[in-house]
Amino acid sequence: MKILYFAWLRQKTGIDSEDVDVPAEVGDVAGLLDWLKQRNANFAEALSDFESVRVAVNQEFAELDSPVAAGDEVAIFPPMTGG
Amino acid sequence: MTVKVQSEDFDVGAELERLTRDNHNVGGMVSFVGLVRDLGGEDALKAMTLEHYPGMTEKMLAEIEAEAQARWSLEGSLIVHRYGRLEPGDRIVLVAATSAHRQAAFEACAFLIDWLKTKAPFWKLEESEATGARWVEAKSSDDLAAARWRASQEKAAE
Repeated sequence: MKILYFAWLRQKTGIDSEDVDVPAEVGDVAGLLDWLKQRNANFAEALSDFESVRVAVNQEFAELDSPVAAGDEVAIFPPMTGG
Repeated sequence: MTVKVQSEDFDVGAELERLTRDNHNVGGMVSFVGLVRDLGGEDALKAMTLEHYPGMTEKMLAEIEAEAQARWSLEGSLIVHRYGRLEPGDRIVLVAATSAHRQAAFEACAFLIDWLKTKAPFWKLEESEATGARWVEAKSSDDLAAARWRASQEKAAE
């Protein structure tokens, strides 16, 4: 799975893009965020409040219960502020 | 329908000229230009850096334009959005809509910028003398502005 981080999520995690092998039991966005939180203190802090992050799966906006699978491109970012 | 995502500045006149040239069905064009604002005061803005999600940005802007085309009878539409480091007074975004009649163009232009703000994956980092760099937080007023178009669509569907 390819995971991308943007804006303060990129800064807090220290990662902009990575390829990871996620455990088979991770089946949805919430499961993925829970798994990422366990990695280290930076991830735990960045993902402490799911309400403050948005997720896209294969470049489509996703919800916490949206499915994720190996091979997906998942992006994690704050609410958008363009325009 | 045109979408451009670029770091370089754009020429508003040339972009709008391209949108209407040789299309005599166009009776009106409405455009909006967003600029980097410095509200002044003690915490003067030095720069604003726009980050985006290459690939998804272009896809979302194309979807937003397609939605505008579905809702209004348009002759054309345009979104040009910059990324990278910008300074106060710099242009950030240009949206425009053309139609046979002005009302569709006015409404579609407002819709394009309102939806873009909440649906296009851009993030603004502000740098100021006093507080350093900070990420701009999404505004609930932007969500409300976008939601009014959802409400108007439901009303139209009744």
